[in-house]
Amino acid sequence: MALPDRALPDPALRASAPTGPTPLHLAVALDGTGWHPASWRLPEAQPQGLLTAAYWADLVAEAERGLLDLVTIEDSLGLQSSAPFEPDHRTDQVRGRLDAVLTAARIAPLSRHIGLVPTATVTHTEPFHISKAIATLDFVSSGRAGVRVQVSGRADEAELFGRRTLPPLTPQDIGRPDVQALIGQLFDEAADYVEVLRRLWDSWEDDAEIRDAATGRFVDREKLHYIDFEGAAFSVKGPSITPRPPQGQPLVAALGHQSVPYRLIARSADLGFVTPHDADQARAIVGGIRAEQAAAGRSHETVHVFADLLVLLDDSPSAAVARRDRLDELAGAALSSDAEVFTGTPAQLADLLQEWQQAGLTGFRLRPATLPHDLEQITRRLVPELQRRGAFRTAYEADTLRGLLGLPRPESRYAAASAAASATVPV
Amino acid sequence: MSKPVKQIHLAAHFPGVNNTTVWSDPAAGSQIDFSSFVHLARTAERAKFDFLFLAEGLRLREQGGQIYDLDVVGRPDTFTILAAVAAVTDRLGLAGTINSTFNEPYEVARQFASLDHLSAGRAAWNVVTSWDEFTGQNFRRGGYLAQEDRYERAKQFLTATQVLFDSWRGDEIVADKESGAFLADPDVGRFQHRVSQFDISGRFNVPRGPQGRPVILQAGDSEEGREFAASSADAIFSRHGTLESGRAFYSDVKDRLARYGRGHDELLILPAVTFVLGETDADAQEKAALIRRQQVSGQTAIKFLEQLWNRDLSDHDPDGPLPEVDPLVGENTIAKGRASVRMHRDPREVARQWRELAAAKNLSTREVIIEVTGRQSFIGTPAKVAETLNEFVQTDASDGFVLAPHITPGGIDDFADTVVPLLQERGVFRSEYEGTTLRDHLGLAERSKKSGRSEKSGRKAS
Repeated sequence: MALPDRALPDPALRASAPTGPTPLHLAVALDGTGWHPASWRLPEAQPQGLLTAAYWADLVAEAERGLLDLVTIEDSLGLQSSAPFEPDHRTDQVRGRLDAVLTAARIAPLSRHIGLVPTATVTHTEPFHISKAIATLDFVSSGRAGVRVQVSGRADEAELFGRRTLPPLTPQDIGRPDVQALIGQLFDEAADYVEVLRRLWDSWEDDAEIRDAATGRFVDREKLHYIDFEGAAFSVKGPSITPRPPQGQPLVAALGHQSVPYRLIARSADLGFVTPHDADQARAIVGGIRAEQAAAGRSHETVHVFADLLVLLDDSPSAAVARRDRLDELAGAALSSDAEVFTGTPAQLADLLQEWQQAGLTGFRLRPATLPHDLEQITRRLVPELQRRGAFRTAYEADTLRGLLGLPRPESRYAAASAAASATVPV
Repeated sequence: MSKPVKQIHLAAHFPGVNNTTVWSDPAAGSQIDFSSFVHLARTAERAKFDFLFLAEGLRLREQGGQIYDLDVVGRPDTFTILAAVAAVTDRLGLAGTINSTFNEPYEVARQFASLDHLSAGRAAWNVVTSWDEFTGQNFRRGGYLAQEDRYERAKQFLTATQVLFDSWRGDEIVADKESGAFLADPDVGRFQHRVSQFDISGRFNVPRGPQGRPVILQAGDSEEGREFAASSADAIFSRHGTLESGRAFYSDVKDRLARYGRGHDELLILPAVTFVLGETDADAQEKAALIRRQQVSGQTAIKFLEQLWNRDLSDHDPDGPLPEVDPLVGENTIAKGRASVRMHRDPREVARQWRELAAAKNLSTREVIIEVTGRQSFIGTPAKVAETLNEFVQTDASDGFVLAPHITPGGIDDFADTVVPLLQERGVFRSEYEGTTLRDHLGLAERSKKSGRSEKSGRKAS
């Protein structure tokens, strides 16, 4: 390896941590050979490995060596495209991928501590299926599962399912009132979807399985609950066919770029990914999410807000810029992204993260421009730098993803309801 | 007429959510912890089984308007657990039951193609259909399909996924770093499929898996089910476990293959069976009787009785005779989410047969249920069980078996340790995996895009 292993944690640093800065959380977003469209052309890139389990297992192992909170795995129903609302016919970028939930499940038994948050499209899929899939991911990872819910407004993705029609859109259409109304509907449906996920995860109380030989009963059916959800797009009866997972409710995450998705994050998610381009924007976005959170009556709940950054990291600023130039030249266009692009050294990035953290962000989701280079820069350079500053963990301190993020394990809403009901019975 | 010695195929059924699975036994472990799946899968792989099999039901069963609480209940998501099991095994085939009524072809094709990649060619799909509004209440689609439309949808569903699997040939990703060409074909994955049940189009986004298409399994026993299997499946589960009915079923289904231009070896017949091993045959018989009583408690017997009688019989004494009242004919309103209920096509006639059986053998209600709900079971010493299994295969009552153990997760441990070596000694079961994919294990060639038929020339000579 060209880079030295991460320095062992210094006990003196750990002792000084309580008086130092608030530790931040770090996630890495895995997608293909990296987030630069020309990343697959670098000598280190493994485009032929993208469809193998070993490729993903190696990346997650590296992220886990860096003590990161979680990895996300990108996905989409349709073929990747450089255009936001329609397929392209390009042959010069990575095309084709594996289902992210299955990829996460495949690597879960090979990792121990890191959270696994695959992307799932909620617009055309069944909440009943995704609920049990993520519950199962939680079982096979012993409590490290999450899901990033993704809305699809693409007409071509609707045609893959053939169950509903969505109008073809261009970026110029976004401001139109009818398009805004459609986006609102799709996000309301996503909120309903998350509600169904959570109800189904709660539909088995933790102690529903009794194996009571004396009465011959395997389950206490009083502890299995119909969820009776009725929404505009779907109704779901329940209960789940899968018992309550180790975390009770696995983590729900969402990415947002504007106020409608910010509302979804505030109302429905445990973790939001946002794309500010400076600290002031970050402050405004976090403020907006906190206001929506209060309006939804969730002020007492922790909702993490992570900023996304696309990163190109090297030992010197000039090396990072040169690498970016080289990649842009291969791609035939300058890198553009919904997220801020950071090009520099890990120490410079640490400065930026700590500055933005002051704006109210609780962590960051870093999108490596190239794999494995920028991932290793994160795990072997950025993380030790943050540790030296007392701003990042020096060992995994919890066994579950909720534990790493400081989120409590929720009680089943139905258990709480039956406890409340029995408490009102006069004695 | 001398025939070549056939090789036996074996699969391990993860114990299901029904009364075959005994949860009250001290050896019974978790039905949901990943460690149970790891144990069963690794045991099956150690014994060189062809595949692990998972069943699925998409709504918790109910009886008398209440969730059924006497059997094991609670299962993982099929795709997710199989992808995780792929991480702890190398060669074992991974077969999942996936419903064609409450899924969409595009998503299922993505999942099976992904599982095939993530397992390096070990995915199999047991295609099932649902009929009931009861299960539909958990899904966007809701509603239900008429009985006669179920197979039509299943056939169209399977065909649609095959169109998707075949939309990539497998050589489109060139990833030439020098020239900058990632794809050889700008239109790869393109499909358009319009039939009565589906109208889908676009570009499929999972490149072709190692097996091309997953292995297709089918379990239906009706006339439509047999035709569906003969036209489209690679293996069929049957319930015809006795030697006589097995042979009849075997020849019936195999004879249908020619009509679809398929060879005799292109569809395997694998009945689901149970087994009980003992030090002596008598010991095994005694164990088997005990297991049957564990599987059919007095309470369970009453529940089975209610399923046929279509009435509340909760006050009936399971140790007494069968009820004097006749079954209620008409729509079965007692039990929901249970495929077996539909098999009672003429409840009064079935009740008459049960009464005859009870009279002839002087059986109580519980004893009748124990008799009539038993599956084919291979009971005896390991040597006897090995011999009988082999006889079934060599005399064309089957091509192998799906073994349904009654204990989770250690239910096939003894079989792996004692019966498998005897089959290997006889030269009728592999001692090592010869290939890497499930199609290799089953001797099935990759099914091609153009004809839907075998590309290679059938199974290996051995």
